[in-house]
Amino acid sequence: MKIRAVLVSAFICLLPYVANAELSIQITQGVDNPIPIAIVPFSWEGSGVLSEDVAQIVMNDLEQVGEFRSLSRSNMLSMPSEERDVYYRDWDILAQDYLLVGKINRAPGSQLVQVQYEFFDINRELKLAGEVLTGSVAQLRDIGHEISNVVFEHVTGTRGAFTTQILYVVADYVSPELTNFRLEKSDYDGQRAQVLLESPEPIMSPSWSPTGLDVAYVSFETDFPRIYIQNIATGQRRQITNYPNINSSPEWSPDGTKLAMVLSKGGSPDIYVQDLNTNELIQITDHPLIDTEPSWTVDGRSIVFMSERSGQPQIYQIELGAQSYEVERLTFGCFQCLNATFLPDGVNLVHVRRETRQSPNYQIAVINIETDRLITLTETSLDESPSVAPNGSMIMYATKFNGRGVLDAVSIDGRVKFRLPSTQGDVREPSWSPFLN
Amino acid sequence: MVKQSKQILKTGLIVISLFALVACSSTSDTDESAMGNEGSGSSSSASNGSSARTSAGSGSGQLSQEEIRAQNAMRQTVFYFDFDVAEFKPADRETLTFHARDLAANPSKRLRLEGHADERGTREYNLALGERRANGILNYLIVNGASRSQIEVVSYGEERPAQTGQSANAYSRNRRVEISSR
Repeated sequence: MKIRAVLVSAFICLLPYVANAELSIQITQGVDNPIPIAIVPFSWEGSGVLSEDVAQIVMNDLEQVGEFRSLSRSNMLSMPSEERDVYYRDWDILAQDYLLVGKINRAPGSQLVQVQYEFFDINRELKLAGEVLTGSVAQLRDIGHEISNVVFEHVTGTRGAFTTQILYVVADYVSPELTNFRLEKSDYDGQRAQVLLESPEPIMSPSWSPTGLDVAYVSFETDFPRIYIQNIATGQRRQITNYPNINSSPEWSPDGTKLAMVLSKGGSPDIYVQDLNTNELIQITDHPLIDTEPSWTVDGRSIVFMSERSGQPQIYQIELGAQSYEVERLTFGCFQCLNATFLPDGVNLVHVRRETRQSPNYQIAVINIETDRLITLTETSLDESPSVAPNGSMIMYATKFNGRGVLDAVSIDGRVKFRLPSTQGDVREPSWSPFLN
Repeated sequence: MVKQSKQILKTGLIVISLFALVACSSTSDTDESAMGNEGSGSSSSASNGSSARTSAGSGSGQLSQEEIRAQNAMRQTVFYFDFDVAEFKPADRETLTFHARDLAANPSKRLRLEGHADERGTREYNLALGERRANGILNYLIVNGASRSQIEVVSYGEERPAQTGQSANAYSRNRRVEISSR
């Protein structure tokens, strides 16, 4: 059992009176037989009211990935907060498979709080995990997500992605003349949004560095699309490209040393790779029709991209160092296949798919490039910008709801969907962070 | 080109009715039509014809049909495209020819061509499509007398819609290239 001390800033409000205004995410589609889990409200042994309901945070995390259904608090027969008060039969009667309990104390002699949690398998009458996490009151949300990771991994065997974050772009149409573009970062569930950049000119294509410390994006602030890199913590930024015409679609190599990008300085958009240490620029593709939307293969040795060279957008792959014509076509069965990325398994390719010429519907799909097995994950018509969670379990994408841009997430088997709480304006271009801890 | 039209003005003016403009149909040979073939005129410049009367009337005298067409053409600064199509409409050729001649006659003049797409399709694809649309017009202007250094091209893809929403009307207004001075 590890004890973690999370650093705190100097000033913390000790008596937060903020109501538990937890915005719940809308689960638009869940699985048929979710795993029943009881998450008992964590006891609070300090004074005042805590600003966060940690058990509720865990409950929201687990429910929105769809595989879990939590027991309503009003149906609980007892509300233990530690192991010695846990009676397995209370939970067995309620047909629960798992139980999570916890308590929160003021850490002695400090402004910090300690969250102790314990996680039980009801069927096996076994304690699976337990830990004390220490942090500021402001970090209770992080602690909740941390506990969700532990529960998720114990039950599914897959590492949880609840402490990850997302980047996205918001366009706020202030007036016919003025649009306020913002690059924002939030928790994976849309909570705790922060503005990283604000501009009256478009912002596009945010992409996390593999360390999670930096973001690359396109900004039109000079009246032309140019690529920038910004440190997320300090806000410090630098312009990376200033080539004529389009500079767009930055994508970090898995080792973080290079940036794949699209430049049209040669007359049409082609794929290039720029070394971030030496600034050396290598042209990867060279075709008079559109080549764009590069992404790296998992091993970092090849680039997947969209090209119009066969007449309509299709997905191709090229190895770094290969001749520009040595491309392999990956998609065939669609009228248009665009914006592809490999899942962490390196075999399944997430992409945007327009099935036929007749219907201009763009949907998110996954195709196994070895077996050609295709799963179309969405039914809406303007879905784009798929971004995969670092554990490969879910895909976040941009779609339209009631005429506005919103972010949805779908599990890679298509069974579970949730929608992020909408903020003001059109939300688009989600980019899911790597694991951050 | 502009000298030629001045000569036409000097040698004999034809007062034209708007009806003549509206009634005409476009020809396939753009140069010929732009040189003053009376039977020509694109639907787009014709649609701008209603505003031609005021400016023609406010001038120092009577303008040639050619000059009125040129004025109308110069007022058209937005060119619309079909879905998934990068080539401008044949009907816009004459108007663009006037823009090219205007640039040729005014070497210090600078333009910016902004390419746009509707929101269907991915953003990066639309960024590329917007550039291709603007480049099509760029090349046409150069072929017809403008200098490359006078024209700057930028694509906004689907990032700057003229009209938000998912209607066919919004989409058709968003698939465009805008000419702006700089």
